[in-house]
Amino acid sequence: MHELSIALSIVDIAGEESDRRGGVAVLAVHVKLGPLSGVVKEALTSAYELAREGSPVAQSRLVIEEAPLVIRCAQCETEEPVPSVYDLRCPHCGTPSADVVSGRELEVTAMEIQE
Amino acid sequence: MTSQTCSPQTRLVEVRTKILKENDVVARSLRQSFREAGVYVVSLVSSPGAGKTKFLEETLLLLRGKYRVAALVGDLATDNDARRLARAEVPVKQITTGTTCHLEAEMVRTALAGWNLRDLDLLFIENVGNLVCPASYDLGENLRLVLFSVTEGEDKPLKYPTIFNTADLAFITKTDLAEVTEFDWAAARQNIETVRPEMPILGVSAKSGQGMSDWLELIGLRLRQSREHV
Repeated sequence: MHELSIALSIVDIAGEESDRRGGVAVLAVHVKLGPLSGVVKEALTSAYELAREGSPVAQSRLVIEEAPLVIRCAQCETEEPVPSVYDLRCPHCGTPSADVVSGRELEVTAMEIQE
Repeated sequence: MTSQTCSPQTRLVEVRTKILKENDVVARSLRQSFREAGVYVVSLVSSPGAGKTKFLEETLLLLRGKYRVAALVGDLATDNDARRLARAEVPVKQITTGTTCHLEAEMVRTALAGWNLRDLDLLFIENVGNLVCPASYDLGENLRLVLFSVTEGEDKPLKYPTIFNTADLAFITKTDLAEVTEFDWAAARQNIETVRPEMPILGVSAKSGQGMSDWLELIGLRLRQSREHV
């Protein structure tokens, strides 16, 4: 369970961003999570409720966008989304690939602020 | 920086910040120091009880005559593992993480303070026994090993796909017990291949020594290759 420390980092990032904008109120923080980020969406959602308490972004919601899992196929020279971490093979030719182009994302992408 | 209107009072602003950016920055700087010092760094992850410490203890004993080796060992509370590894009579330092379920790059940096990396060829970092949390944290290592034992069952890779996917090499440990546990090698290999295509797999028993010479040969090769590419 490292979602709480991840949630605390999100709170810090949002707080710093709010400060940088003159202390605007943050209504929501948008994050992007890849299926290979090592972070579980549900666990992060509950951890965020704890992490935001008493912080400058205590009123904010966490909005999680799930990033697609995309692998690169060396045979076809294409980058294609695959349905899950159990299907790491090219949808065209079936060649297995460990070359993950997207899927490890763990980032704050945007904030809804009130001015 | 783009923005769009959500309602008369609120606005959506783009931020784009990696949540683990602080860890990534430290990990990058560690990787740079390791490269400059010519030390090859291997981290080990597994569930508790997979035999990481025993495997590392044997590895250090077998390598110490040929290479200058050292180890950092992460543990939630005790220094039992560090004391075990110290029997190999190589530099060993304990990182006690308290309630933290994984090592972070900053913990590695702090633990390395006072050590001259140029005095080392190989540095091993044993992570806290956990197959979930360590996946997200780069420690600046060159090679990440994921270990699971024949007693844990063939489906470990399917239960923890992320850590297997982020690792470079899989070890199946305690192979001396494979027969009594009726370990299904083909299924285990297939499961690893599913979540991390083309990952090299080694079967080892630190107790009987099975597979250890292949591992020593591999690590020697990787060290030489890393120095050629500086």
